[in-house]
Amino acid sequence: MTAYLFRRILYVIPILLGVNLITFALFFFVNSPDDMARLALGGKRVTEESIERWKRDKGYDKPHFYNDAAAGTDRFTDTIFFTRSASMFALDFGVADDGRDIAQEIRTRMWPSLAIAVPTFVVGLAFYITFALILAFFRATYVDVSGVIVCVAAMSISSLFYIIGGQYLISKLWHLAPISGFGEGVSALKFLALPVAIGIVSSAGANARWYRTIFIEEINKDYVRTARAKGLSELRVLFRHVLHNAMIPILTGVVVIIPSLFLGSLIMESFFSIPGLGSYTIEAINNQDYGIVRAMVFLGSILYIVGLILTDVAYTLVDPRVRLD
Amino acid sequence: MRALLPILLAAGLLTACDHGALNNPYPEHQRGQNIMYSFFNERPKHLDPVQSYFENEIRFTAQIYMPPLQYHYLKRPYQLIPFAAAAMPRVTYYGAGGEIVPAHASPSEVAYTRYEISIRPGIRYQPHPAFAIDARGQYLYTGLPERQLKRYRSLADFERSDTRELVAADYVYQIKRLAHPGLHSPIFGLMKGYIIGLDVYAGELEQLSATAASGTYLDLDRFEISGVRVVDRYRYTIDVRGKYPQFLYWLAMPFFAPVQHEAERFYRQPGMPVNISLDWYPVGTGPYMLSVNDPNRVMVLERNPNFGGEPYPFEGEAGDATAGLLNDAGEEMPFIDKVVYSLEKESIPYWNKFLQGYYDLSDISSDSFDQTVSISSTGEVGLSDELRERGIVLHTSVSSTTIYLGFNMLDPVIGGLGERARKLRQAVSIAVDMEELISIFRNGRGIPAQSPLPPGIFGHRDGEAGINPYVYDWVGGQAKRKPVEVARRLLKEAGYQNGIDERTGKPLTLYLDTTLVGPEAKSRADWFTKQLRKIDVQLVVRATDLNRFQEKLRNGTAQLYVLGWNADYPDPENFMFLLHGPQSRAKGSGENASNYASREFDGLFEQMRNMDNGPERQDIIDRMVAVVQRDAPWAFGFHPADYNLAHGWVHNIKPNTMANNELKYQRVDAAQRTRLRDEWNAPVFWPLLLLAVLALGAMAPAVIAWRRRERGIARQKYLAQRAEPKP
Repeated sequence: MTAYLFRRILYVIPILLGVNLITFALFFFVNSPDDMARLALGGKRVTEESIERWKRDKGYDKPHFYNDAAAGTDRFTDTIFFTRSASMFALDFGVADDGRDIAQEIRTRMWPSLAIAVPTFVVGLAFYITFALILAFFRATYVDVSGVIVCVAAMSISSLFYIIGGQYLISKLWHLAPISGFGEGVSALKFLALPVAIGIVSSAGANARWYRTIFIEEINKDYVRTARAKGLSELRVLFRHVLHNAMIPILTGVVVIIPSLFLGSLIMESFFSIPGLGSYTIEAINNQDYGIVRAMVFLGSILYIVGLILTDVAYTLVDPRVRLD
Repeated sequence: MRALLPILLAAGLLTACDHGALNNPYPEHQRGQNIMYSFFNERPKHLDPVQSYFENEIRFTAQIYMPPLQYHYLKRPYQLIPFAAAAMPRVTYYGAGGEIVPAHASPSEVAYTRYEISIRPGIRYQPHPAFAIDARGQYLYTGLPERQLKRYRSLADFERSDTRELVAADYVYQIKRLAHPGLHSPIFGLMKGYIIGLDVYAGELEQLSATAASGTYLDLDRFEISGVRVVDRYRYTIDVRGKYPQFLYWLAMPFFAPVQHEAERFYRQPGMPVNISLDWYPVGTGPYMLSVNDPNRVMVLERNPNFGGEPYPFEGEAGDATAGLLNDAGEEMPFIDKVVYSLEKESIPYWNKFLQGYYDLSDISSDSFDQTVSISSTGEVGLSDELRERGIVLHTSVSSTTIYLGFNMLDPVIGGLGERARKLRQAVSIAVDMEELISIFRNGRGIPAQSPLPPGIFGHRDGEAGINPYVYDWVGGQAKRKPVEVARRLLKEAGYQNGIDERTGKPLTLYLDTTLVGPEAKSRADWFTKQLRKIDVQLVVRATDLNRFQEKLRNGTAQLYVLGWNADYPDPENFMFLLHGPQSRAKGSGENASNYASREFDGLFEQMRNMDNGPERQDIIDRMVAVVQRDAPWAFGFHPADYNLAHGWVHNIKPNTMANNELKYQRVDAAQRTRLRDEWNAPVFWPLLLLAVLALGAMAPAVIAWRRRERGIARQKYLAQRAEPKP
């Protein structure tokens, strides 16, 4: 497995280079440094001279990929692409166009995102699996049928509806939780209750139905019949044997998203005013701040790759037949 | 909902310890305190007064910094009064030979104007570590080794702070900062054309900065601006080229607020974390100081303990006394101890929090307009019964903004000063029904524009004298848009009868460039298309991103476009320059996006721009307005109206579209707010209990069936064991 992991980690370098190159090309295809300067300077009373000063100060006065005026390796290194990309591999994200430290911003905003994403993920997963097992347990009864109907109805509704509806019912009508906001320490709990609950409920339909399908498929296998024949209780059969064997398809979808929990949720954080990372990239794209865009894409790529590697490792943990060679 | 229940109950238990409403977003210890609660929906990018220009930035910096002048809070038309200055600046005009010329001299006789500003002695800065000194009288936190600076994560980590008196040199230092090559002041380009010596000074700084490391302290005092001088401890002068009366308005903006070299030296020492900067932690002498700056969540302004106080105005305009706006006359400001601004990106949460009493002020989003505002049969705007019962008060005002549909005067079809294109533009101006646009897309919040000048700006005329006679008739005491037939007749005279170009025989197609996206963009595009269809002209709406849109304006390739202008200061020059020929966007990167160039208009503009307000200036403005109404480089769109709401416990609210330092005038009745918040936000638990009962009820038959089945299996197993023959 070590050799496999080493190989996968080596693959990361060309992948990140490629991602960086594509991000750079796409960004500067849409925005020129002049456009970025105009937006940063406010769009009112902007002169050509001030644009040039801004570009020079921010290092956007260089050529994109190849510097004709330079000599030797400087032809490649004295360019926007190189100066803005090389430091990324040392995880030095630099500063945003408004002068803020990007790494510091990520470190600060990461925690509120995790504060919502982790409980939503953990409690949600437990809830979906339990609910799906209950449906599987009561398969072909009114509980199962009505559960599936509720799941299909729930997954047909937009997540925005859950957010607005939840805020309306819980906060506006019943006054049980703040509509939006965030606190520090223990005081954050009262702000997290509603978004976490809504996050869980809004994804319950699709997830519970998906897990139910997996469990039903598993329930019809021979080992389950054997377990029942041995006289094991149905609960033991489901939670001990079926759940364990159904872990591979569950892990496929679950482990890969664990690292991306850092990146937060745009809609959830916007509606609940959670100061997380969810809107950081979108704001940067709107502000044409390449420093932030490249940092967030870079980070997102790393997290995604880590998620895929973790998934592979998790396979070996739940299924002894799988070997990473 | 099964998951919802335990989480909400747990949160409820946790928050129940607070003894307050469960939905209260604020800490319980703030209950009953003299705090104002507000929100912001976009994080400020710059709080350095040399850079902050946007509304979401100035709303903070205007409370922190003290420029020499400010606007009178109550009087209209807007009037400048001293702020940090002891009196209004002494203005002296000089001729080319350096001789003093009289104030009424024509602009051509004035070579430069000297503004002498005296500031009040005894004004002190907010407490700040940059001023802290040690026993030897040295600055405690300046010149620290980089290793030591790494310990500091925020300004609060510096244990000691101090203050010092505001001096004239601080204002001069800030003017120097306008030219700082690393600060990118948005008004530097404009000011170097006016402030004598600023351009030379900028060149010297440019050379100096070329040798300095990026981001390090640049000693601005190594050079001097020839036109800006410190006279004594409390007096300084600024020399401005020619006669530029509007310069006084700039002196009321944070660009001309004081900044101390100590603060700059403190923030720019090598090794200081980049987030600890003047841009992040302002240092001012104003009524408030920024105590929390977390623009991702909350920003807090607190009363500056060193602010010397300022009396509430004794006089205002007619009706202010009746409205209770003079009840606090003479009382020392500011009234509020602390202002908490929370980040709210979506309109639904902030609107509901306002209704619950957790925000003191709010605007009205389009989503909630219908449930908020009622319009009577006479057209009178009022609040809905529900809001009135809650004691909420509506404040309306027309903003100093003009939104317009611009025609590119360089365009071969719609542009030029010829009769044919002029009539085409006039026809389009009539056809595009701005009253309908205001009604459909702005819920009636706005008034149609008759000229570039919004109400409240000198030169604007109300009533019949103010209407655009090419688009409106005065009927029954009000302006009435001319019928579409008039537009059709103009179109025919222009050679486009029934929308067909008589020269080519092809249908006339016009192109509107817009940056709008989303569902509203589609409906707006359809609306514009429908307007021109009324006169048989085809309109193609080209949605484009902001960069390409700006590029088209710069290249002069857009045909029709929609733009707006928000006043920097209440002077007609600030609107008329948008149509001044030398300001052409395509030819000179100016603000005249229509590239309108009329010798007649430009001549009048040159006369008007530097005149003092009076009948003579009004007469020239009238002539200028008549010229642009005739030439129609814009279809004058509308002036947006601001509808703002305040709870009954907030006092001294008067909309002021020019002043941004309104916070010190406002007062809250915290006791009334606490009582009403409690009344409005009593928790309702029964729905949760009902849900729990329903969930249990639904599961009960299934659980019973399961238990039966489990028992059945056990029984079968038991019976099977009994039935087995014993060995």
